[in-house]
Amino acid sequence: MDGGRKDAGTRVRGGVHSAERHDSAHKHVTGAADYIDDMVEPVGTLHAYLGLSEAAHAEIVSIDLTAVRSAPGVVDVLTAADIPAVNDVSPVHAHDDPVFAEDKVMFWGQPVFAVIAESRLQARHAATLARIDYRPLDAAIDIDAAMAAGGDLVTKPLKLERGSVDKALAEAPNRIIGNMEIGGQDHFYLEGHIAFAIPGEDETVTIHSSTQHPSEAQTLVAQVLGVAANAISVQVRRMGGGFGGKESQPALFAAVAALAAKRLNRPVKIRPDRDDDMIATGKRHDFKVAYDVGFDDEGRILGVEGTYAARCGFSADLSGPVTDRALFHADNAYYFPHVRLKSLPLKTNTVSNTAFRGFGGPQGVVGAERIVEEIAYALGKDPLEIRKANFYGPPGRDVTPYHQTVTDSILDRLVSELEISSDYQARREAILDFNRQGGVIRKGIALTPVKFGISFTATWFNQAGALLHVYKDGSIHLNHGGTEMGQGLFTKVAQIVADCFQVDLDRIRVSATSTEKVPNTSATAASSGSDLNGMAAQNAAEQIKQRLVAFASEKWSVSAEEVTFGPGGVCVGSKTVPFDVLVAEAYMARVHLSAAGFYKTPDIHWDREAGKGRPFYYFAYGAAVSEVSIDTLTGEYRVERTDILHDVGKSLNPAIDKGQVEGGFVQGVGWLTTEELWWDDKGRLRTHAPSTYKIPLASDRPRIFNVALAEWSENKERTIRRSKAVGEPPLMLGISVLEAISMAVASVADYRECPRLDTPATPERVLMAVERLRAHGGAEA
Amino acid sequence: MATVSMTVNGKSVSGEVEPRTLLVQFIREQLHLTGTHVGCDTSQCGACVVHVNGDSVKSCTMLAVQADGSDVTTIEGLANGDTLHPMQEAFRDNHGLQCGFCTPGMVMSAVDLLKKNPKPSEGEIREWLEGNICRCTGYHNIVKAVQQAAQA
Ligand code: FES
Ligand code: FES
Repeated sequence: MDGGRKDAGTRVRGGVHSAERHDSAHKHVTGAADYIDDMVEPVGTLHAYLGLSEAAHAEIVSIDLTAVRSAPGVVDVLTAADIPAVNDVSPVHAHDDPVFAEDKVMFWGQPVFAVIAESRLQARHAATLARIDYRPLDAAIDIDAAMAAGGDLVTKPLKLERGSVDKALAEAPNRIIGNMEIGGQDHFYLEGHIAFAIPGEDETVTIHSSTQHPSEAQTLVAQVLGVAANAISVQVRRMGGGFGGKESQPALFAAVAALAAKRLNRPVKIRPDRDDDMIATGKRHDFKVAYDVGFDDEGRILGVEGTYAARCGFSADLSGPVTDRALFHADNAYYFPHVRLKSLPLKTNTVSNTAFRGFGGPQGVVGAERIVEEIAYALGKDPLEIRKANFYGPPGRDVTPYHQTVTDSILDRLVSELEISSDYQARREAILDFNRQGGVIRKGIALTPVKFGISFTATWFNQAGALLHVYKDGSIHLNHGGTEMGQGLFTKVAQIVADCFQVDLDRIRVSATSTEKVPNTSATAASSGSDLNGMAAQNAAEQIKQRLVAFASEKWSVSAEEVTFGPGGVCVGSKTVPFDVLVAEAYMARVHLSAAGFYKTPDIHWDREAGKGRPFYYFAYGAAVSEVSIDTLTGEYRVERTDILHDVGKSLNPAIDKGQVEGGFVQGVGWLTTEELWWDDKGRLRTHAPSTYKIPLASDRPRIFNVALAEWSENKERTIRRSKAVGEPPLMLGISVLEAISMAVASVADYRECPRLDTPATPERVLMAVERLRAHGGAEA
Repeated sequence: MATVSMTVNGKSVSGEVEPRTLLVQFIREQLHLTGTHVGCDTSQCGACVVHVNGDSVKSCTMLAVQADGSDVTTIEGLANGDTLHPMQEAFRDNHGLQCGFCTPGMVMSAVDLLKKNPKPSEGEIREWLEGNICRCTGYHNIVKAVQQAAQA
């Protein structure tokens, strides 16, 4: 139901499947929602700032921090030598991610020291006064340089294989070999990284960290300080955006703040400015994909071989699972009868790349869609026809390259509905006509699908906890391991609890995520936030509910079946007891009104060595049609219209889910079109502010933008209220814009040549593609 | 150090600032009005927009001393007691926010737009908001919110 608030008599306010507003909406519009930098600073609060390296790869010959120490307001300076225990914040415990560089710096912008001062401004100024001498070493900045230097890897690569790909390729009637460059992306969460540590007694310290992964920050800070995890409390009420950029990266800031706070016994806050945030923290991986595809004359894929090389930066960070996920999505929605895929997680002297919405998956999907385009242009067909011919289908055409069977595909229906509702065929005809006139402005249209696997591929992360208290006045306190970064997780999970007890949503208060309340949590990532935490919260609510049912049935001598929770109160036999009255009575009868809930995703397993298993519990689907115009004299373009039909199963909250779809799409379009990261030959990131790094603006939104959820869809698996995850998949709907641009470019050569547009498809790149296709003899029609 | 005095959200305030203190620092750190956010530090994201003498201004672009004697309104001063400004209500009701970090600046910019152009076209709204970055929403519901407020 997409009805929003319903009559309080028949339905609780704010149960599941209703379009509740974000729980902090009122606070956001009044400026009352506190982010970490808004918290009241205790007297004596100090400010830390990082000193960053100025060499991409070098030995540190000497460090002179005298001027830093004597600068006004400076209280302390920290270097690697001041770390009490382990100088490492690697999220995968690879021991390659120092808090402060020791003898060598591995990228331009790597933290070398931190200065602690009375004010942030003083710390920031003092940080510029260091004198560090470097002896330069050979630096490999990009993928090509890394390959040329021998191809060092930061982590073990993955291979997925099924069938006999060499034979399939050799025997295929058609074969294309090609390459694609796929750019990276800066997260540009509007709230940058920040940590605020407050020292406690003994070894304890409380850290307010803008993190998607409080438990990991806790573990790593404990490791740096050499204390047990129980001494470290990490808390986060909300983030001003995360997008994966605050999964592993916050640990360094949390560690610096905690270390300084314990040394000085004063609260310490650290917030880099935007430029330093962009320079010193990891981003989406850029990839080079080399593909070799064999196909028949109808466009059916017979075999695919692909190598996915990624710029990982100087350390492993999350590059292992990120590059794995690129392979898991290299098929997107298409059946590859014979296939061999390999990842190459390359070590480079750049910032260590990290999680970003889709986690490598989008790069895999973009590669798959390039393969489809190649086939379509080679055969002179509409790419949509090629897509449909290759969708996963019935047994015999339903096994992925990682040997998981696709049993829940709804793309046939979803795509044909979208094709009709967007009037795709007629518009494509009209565009072909328009382009035939040979004007300066050319148009393109593309319909692209997405199939996205849901679950952490590290199986053990697929667990979650929640803590629920019912107070004797009937109010409910909810806490769970998931973090709120704007995606509406707190709202959705509260809706689930409201639904369980059949109470109005405003009876429930959700408190800040805290390692003290729910331990050993997984990152709020992999789109899994509501799948996992929603189930855990439901489990906690069910426990309390069962105790209340047992109590009521005993007290009023009715069977347990006769006790039901309804919007008007709890029905006990023939009488109705208001929820708070029941709770008050239960308290007097000494019923336990608090519960810890737990959930683990069933039925998943993954054998990485063999490249086989069922890593994903289910798949989420979606599709988008975009129409663009390009100016063939300048390469500039604009999105005229986008229609989206997206699958979120049975939506927990259609308003929030639609918001995720819209935001994800626009972020995906930004990634593939305007957002260009550029390092110079010294390894300096030169695009470190929105002045040089172009994020989509309000004026970049499609002129016409129709977004719908596939309301008929219901998760086949027993997920929380049959919903599906929504965070990451819509990002890949942005590929429709890339392919529409590509079609507009192809028109200058009468669609005989695949434009092979790499990403980001900036106006410069589009213009160069137009020129290239024209030079190849693209006689104008 | 210099003394500045101004009216902020209807109250007269004054404080000692360095000549280089930004208006946003004065507002956040000295007046403790933290609804005005800092997103980019370099006058690009719009998270810090406030009104100075009725016009929207990126408060990280203005020195506190430049605002001496001015009438400043921040997001905290927009509502009339418990009654939200129609623009605040429109953002809240149209889901024109996710993480909310851009929201105060967005709302303040949009209020200024409607003052200058009470019935903007959709295109005019999109263009006006070019100085305000939102990384979460894709702007769809933000534009919708401004349209609704324009009808209020
Ligand atoms: S902080 Fe002022 S414009 Fe970004
Ligand atoms: S709501 Fe997050 S930046 Fe706009």
